[in-house]
Amino acid sequence: MSEELHDVRLVVNGTTHHTQVPARRLLSDALRHDLALTGTHVGCEHGVCGACTVLVDGKPMRSCLIFAVSAIDTEITTVEGLTEPDGSLGPVQQAFAECHGLQCGFCTPGFLTTITAGLAENPCPTHDEARDMIAGNLCRCTGYQNIVKAVERAAVLIEERTS
Amino acid sequence: MKPAPFAYRRPDTLQQALADLAGEPDAKVLAGGQSLVPLLSMRLAAPALLVDINGLPGLAEIVVTDAGVRVGALARHADVLSSSEARRVQPLLAMALQHVAHATIRNRGTTVGSIVHADAAAEMPVVLTLLGGSVDVESTAGPRTIPAEELFLGPLESSLRPDEIALSAYFPALPEGAGVAFDEIARRHGDYALCGVAALVRLEGDRVVEARAGYVSVNELPTVLDLTADLAGVVDEASLAASAETAVAQLEPDGDIHATPEYRAQLVRVLTSRVLRAAYEDACERNAR
Amino acid sequence: MTTKLMGTAVQRVEDQRFLRGEGRYVDDIAVDGRTLHAAVLRSPHAHARIIDIDVDEVLDLDGVHAVWTYDDLTGPMAEPLPLLIPHPALTHGRTQYALARDEVNYVGEAIAFVVADDRYVAEDAVGLIKVSYEFLKPVVGIDNARAAQHLVHEDVPGNIGARLEQNVGDAPTAIAAAPHRLELDLTVERSACMPMEGRGTVARWDADINRLQVWTSTQTSTGVRAAVAVKLGLDLGQVDVITPDVGGGFGVKIVHPWPEELLVPLAARALGRTVKFTEDRREHFISSAHERGQVHHVEVGFDDDGRLCGLDVEFWHDHGAYSPYGLIVPIITSTQLLGPYKPNNYRVVFESLYTNTVMVTPYRGAGRPQGCYTMERTMDAIAAYLGKDRAEVRAVNFIQPDEFPFDQGLIFQDGRELEYDSGDYPASLEKIKALVGWDEFPAYQAEMAAVGRKVGIGLACYVEGTGVGPYEGAHVHIETSGKVKVATGLTTQGQGHATVFAQLVADELGCRFEDIEVVTGDTRRMPYAVGTFASRAAVMSGSAIHLAAKRAKEKVLRIAADALEADESDLEIIAGVVSVKGSPGSSIDLGTVAVLSNPLRYAFDEASQAATQFSVGDPGKAPVPEDEEPGLEGKDFYSPERATFASGMHAVIVETDPLTAEITILKYAVVHDCGHLINPMIVEGQIHGGVAQGIGGALYERMAYDESGQLLNASFMDFLMPYVTEVPDGIDIDHLETPSPLNPLGIKGAGEAGVIPSAAVFASAIEDAEGFPITAMPISPSELFALRQQRAEEKS
Repeated sequence: MSEELHDVRLVVNGTTHHTQVPARRLLSDALRHDLALTGTHVGCEHGVCGACTVLVDGKPMRSCLIFAVSAIDTEITTVEGLTEPDGSLGPVQQAFAECHGLQCGFCTPGFLTTITAGLAENPCPTHDEARDMIAGNLCRCTGYQNIVKAVERAAVLIEERTS
Repeated sequence: MKPAPFAYRRPDTLQQALADLAGEPDAKVLAGGQSLVPLLSMRLAAPALLVDINGLPGLAEIVVTDAGVRVGALARHADVLSSSEARRVQPLLAMALQHVAHATIRNRGTTVGSIVHADAAAEMPVVLTLLGGSVDVESTAGPRTIPAEELFLGPLESSLRPDEIALSAYFPALPEGAGVAFDEIARRHGDYALCGVAALVRLEGDRVVEARAGYVSVNELPTVLDLTADLAGVVDEASLAASAETAVAQLEPDGDIHATPEYRAQLVRVLTSRVLRAAYEDACERNAR
Repeated sequence: MTTKLMGTAVQRVEDQRFLRGEGRYVDDIAVDGRTLHAAVLRSPHAHARIIDIDVDEVLDLDGVHAVWTYDDLTGPMAEPLPLLIPHPALTHGRTQYALARDEVNYVGEAIAFVVADDRYVAEDAVGLIKVSYEFLKPVVGIDNARAAQHLVHEDVPGNIGARLEQNVGDAPTAIAAAPHRLELDLTVERSACMPMEGRGTVARWDADINRLQVWTSTQTSTGVRAAVAVKLGLDLGQVDVITPDVGGGFGVKIVHPWPEELLVPLAARALGRTVKFTEDRREHFISSAHERGQVHHVEVGFDDDGRLCGLDVEFWHDHGAYSPYGLIVPIITSTQLLGPYKPNNYRVVFESLYTNTVMVTPYRGAGRPQGCYTMERTMDAIAAYLGKDRAEVRAVNFIQPDEFPFDQGLIFQDGRELEYDSGDYPASLEKIKALVGWDEFPAYQAEMAAVGRKVGIGLACYVEGTGVGPYEGAHVHIETSGKVKVATGLTTQGQGHATVFAQLVADELGCRFEDIEVVTGDTRRMPYAVGTFASRAAVMSGSAIHLAAKRAKEKVLRIAADALEADESDLEIIAGVVSVKGSPGSSIDLGTVAVLSNPLRYAFDEASQAATQFSVGDPGKAPVPEDEEPGLEGKDFYSPERATFASGMHAVIVETDPLTAEITILKYAVVHDCGHLINPMIVEGQIHGGVAQGIGGALYERMAYDESGQLLNASFMDFLMPYVTEVPDGIDIDHLETPSPLNPLGIKGAGEAGVIPSAAVFASAIEDAEGFPITAMPISPSELFALRQQRAEEKS
């Protein structure tokens, strides 16, 4: 007996996608395997590591803890959507490049989305707030030192680009 | 780590949701899913039907009156945490909520969901119990209100029937003369606490007339102790220490891979004293205003 | 542009794709509806005999394509997996089968392999397989393994896989004759690499050309290729192994072939479809590899200054259920334990013991953290015994700068002599003391004590053999576009190879950095390679690439000299243009040189017309001269006689809460000597990451097995990797650059250094704060609290 499929309309990075998925399809898998947006990574599938973090209506959420069928009526932003329309790096991405905020790059998309939302809410974080902004994401490579620097650098870049 | 198959309904009226639930004894309600989805992915739970209530109208509201805070079933932890009205009427909510997991989880996870998940390692069941709150539920048989003290039956086991949906949780306002505090110790920031304590201290004049503490992660159920007797005289090192010893004696904390029973008892001791003091100081400060 | 890039903090080129979400990790390969997905049935029991496996229900499930158990395997696939590194002392080496034959020896051992339309259905299918077991007694933990009341493998008496002893001088006699003696028992528990990306393999069999393509998240593509070819009965030339972007390795991905690395290609060939296996997090906990679990007994004799007279170390290594990676970890402990010190007389003996737990293979540091911990705990114990400053006791035992090369008289992990090439340990000690404020600390400690706060300072020194052989190679190809394509065979897991190797090529060749593209871990581009482990990539491939670029440059100069009618020694290459020094008008760019290097009959564009037969060449000579080849390429290999020895010292200041026993890091300082730095930004990044991983290993992470062999914390909820909130805000780093004489760049490895002294330095600092010995790591607040209680009971 085949599993029931549900028609799902997902709005990702401003583009509307129509796809059919079983109810149990995790949003992380739908993004990666159905929409081929493989920038969102899956590190633990139990909501702890944060690699799969995407923005749902602007707020960071774990895409491994949301079913694709439950994500309709939302606007989703993935790491692919953080790049500027002209293809250049967005400010958080640029800050990571400048500060060596990544090594293997696997956890990076989750940090980028989380920080993007964090700086939208708090454009001038203190040093402690910059650390707190990334406190729910695991990285096994960098020891976080340069990621914190990247948060602070990104705040400056956003300020520069908007002024 | 992928969930087993399940049927899925996303009703847009409460009546339909209740009917869906009534039609399938092995059904689960999906709200934020931050506790449920990991259980499904690890196949520790495999319900036949998920009823997704995220499409139901009106459930995301946080209604604040002078009497208390009513949190709707779709209000996310982050919404409650950022509600200045809720904070004004019952400051313990925000104090505890900032310890609930990480911000990203709080963006999706619901306060009501966390309560009816009935995990003794979670903060909000203890807060609800300490404050003498309640949960409003409904089934096709009609609505009912479950007081906090009747809500928690065992580890991950609440007194909700399978056909009932929790629609809201009600947290009474801070009583006149009272102060509250919350603190917890976790292995890592954002982890489930090794031990967490919520406390409420009420003064009449300078005198403590009520001192109660609720315990996170100490026993199988959210537990609240009345420690008024120890603090009814003066609140000082000695009386706080006495209340801490009372708590340790009554709780008999459990051990696990992160903490021996003796260590957890020590955390009960330290946090009881620390949080009661903070609640007392909070009460004094509020009374001074 | 003549500025050298060596030593410069060049921004990483690979970041451009990672930051856009355009990295290609193994699970990102073959994302289409046609790819099939695998799941593995794993043993839920630590030790059992398999009586029967019933897969009947599985094939009835919609979406399932195939299921394999041991009985379906034939030929080499039915033999045990390879014992990768045999050693004469490994008298009882044991490896598992790709799918368990008739016995399972740890929770997580692969039993059946299912291929289905997607991973969801594959997991459904796994749940339908019924296995009946006869339970055997599990052996868990070193104590039970030594007691040997039960055996992991029936034919391995005493659970002892290996026993190895090495002697320098006569330690027992020297200790007996020493003015002072101490004995210590020191324990380190299990942890694991835990990269953010688990294991994964994709394979595609192309029946049209009889060829297998395998993408796998590995630290050795050539190793996987050889193993796949042998096991599947293919010629090496039929198998390509491509390492995509790898989401962290830290050692676990050097092990190969994992059962899935064979089963995925097997299934792809059998089914004629692309097949993918992506390990989930629980699987990574119970079916990859762990490390670190060892128990050590030390006897040491020393004089009034704390100078070692003799050191006698016996230790027991928990090898888990199997020993595919041989004795590398305990050999490294036994040799690198000596660190920067001269023991004068040394005896070391270890037993490698089987237990019914996940197998043990190298994890970043690979036995060094345990060795460093053992040696440094001993140094601290000597200082405490003599009432001397801990730094002073270390200093009197240092190998001095004028004593290099220094032969420790032991055989190292690569089968070569343990001979240190260079270093300056007294200078490092001065730097670390200054960096952490060693001399000022006692006053601070007293000040804190006066207000009821407990603080402690710790110090730990290490030496790390890096860049072990046998070799690595490199190929540098200058295309007619002027672009430079560089290939080396070892793989990349975040070290920034595409950047640092390009820096080396730009410096040597004189081309533009932006024109260089580096490929690693692709057997189509460089079929001869070893792998990325033992802090060897920069030393081995870096040196090989430098040499290959040099060869390419020599050819460039030969051809350009001819074209420019100049003497080679008068030429220089700057920003991709060869010109005659002092005469910039007379120049030729690298692309044109590449055109000239390849005499053509057919022009394919305007530039290539210059190389056709009526345009170039002396009609009296062969178009390709003798001793030359067409094309502008350089290829070379680097194979050093022995490893090069990096070193460093860490110091930490901690505060312990008098009530809750929580441990807070107040300051962390690192002095590091990896010879010349290629890219200081990347080296510091490696140190940051190592320190954080070390903090995890010292204060948070462990594998909590119960007595039945169940891993109780197989999730990120309970295996406590540090978040930013658990690492210090700032790590103070100072470098010393003592070049290695063994390679052309004077470099030493840097990858593992950050993690080596962690257990040692935290034990030292906590002991200093608490005033009682710390002999078991990692340590949690709960354990520290228990030690305090035990101490209080002993006193009363």
